[in-house]
Amino acid sequence: MARIVAVIASTHHPFYYKASTSTGEDRPPFADEWVAKILRFRETLTKAAPDVLVMVGSDHFHQLWLDNMPQFLVGKAPMYDANWYNEEREFGLPRLLLRGQEDLSAYILREGLDAGFDLAFSNELRIDHSITCPIITLRPEADLPIVPIYTNIFAPPLPQPKRFVQLGQTIRELVESWPSDLRVAVIGTGHLSLELGGPRQFGPHGPDPEFDRRAVEWIATGDLDGCLSEVTLDSLHAPGNATHGFMDFMLMMGVAGAGRKADYVDTYDLFHTMEAYFTWYPNGVPA
Amino acid sequence: MSKYLLNKFLYTVDRDPDLVERYRDDPAGTVAWWESTLGATLLNCHSGEATTWLSFTDEERGALAAHDHVALFGLGAHPFLTLTLFIAMFERDNTEPLQYQKRYGEMLRHYSLPYPDIAT
Repeated sequence: MARIVAVIASTHHPFYYKASTSTGEDRPPFADEWVAKILRFRETLTKAAPDVLVMVGSDHFHQLWLDNMPQFLVGKAPMYDANWYNEEREFGLPRLLLRGQEDLSAYILREGLDAGFDLAFSNELRIDHSITCPIITLRPEADLPIVPIYTNIFAPPLPQPKRFVQLGQTIRELVESWPSDLRVAVIGTGHLSLELGGPRQFGPHGPDPEFDRRAVEWIATGDLDGCLSEVTLDSLHAPGNATHGFMDFMLMMGVAGAGRKADYVDTYDLFHTMEAYFTWYPNGVPA
Repeated sequence: MSKYLLNKFLYTVDRDPDLVERYRDDPAGTVAWWESTLGATLLNCHSGEATTWLSFTDEERGALAAHDHVALFGLGAHPFLTLTLFIAMFERDNTEPLQYQKRYGEMLRHYSLPYPDIAT
């Protein structure tokens, strides 16, 4: 059976690419430390030596739209074009082309449906920065085949937080029952407190540093019970109007397992939002 | 009231570089053109299949025609769609980093929780 060699949860900050590649007067003062943190985070994936990446993210109204909105969608395609015109325009993100791992996509779809998740699928999915940001930060070679999984954290009505956790637990079970000898890393990105298009946006820190502190604690200690007892669809409005992206972190806590402490934790307090990086090694820390 | 149609405007304009410029330069004209053409089109389906019932209220049409992101927020337009399109149109006028983004938020400061409902 396939082995999960790393579980990684990260924020996806679309400005990283521009900040890390800028030079001279254009280089922001926080770039060097940010890059150093990313390089350390990247090493946690590199040393796990994965063959395949299962990538959890959320489309930002690029391909998925309100006339036909799936809650959970799995890409099943041999290739994925990546990044869109408006991401190039606003963030300077490059266009990418990633290979797909269709066998694992097919397995997750079939077995996921039978396990109680009515997953939507796409045979032509152009992925966006929720998945390309961790490619850029964690695997800039973009050389590994992927299985993209999109969640709806964006267009209400949304699934309940516990459903994200359950999907993460199911992804863990499915990957570990996939008849393959490949080494799989599961990588998901979301947000801590975040405000977009509201009065609290683009402040000197994230909109709710206290929520961020508690969220990092929940994730780092694997405190799913504590997290689930406090986080609801309604409660997530309070830390910032885009904080429902935190549910993708909860999904990754489900992949990592209740009570499972993260093997690597780092954060970076930036303008607008706090960055947060977590890695678990379910089968032991690689040498 | 159609939050959906407001969002459809923001979504279809934001994804088209020519429409972004057209909306920046001629908001009222673009909104009028859009509502009778692209806005009536069922996206990603057979061509020629147009809505028989979707239209803006006067308030919605006015908010779009005035580039009034504060009014759009109050009407429950999706804040991400509004922000993304308005950054595309107006960030270029910044004289310092994030100037437009900060002013955009400042103009919304009279809103407190709960914000207008964005469910469609």
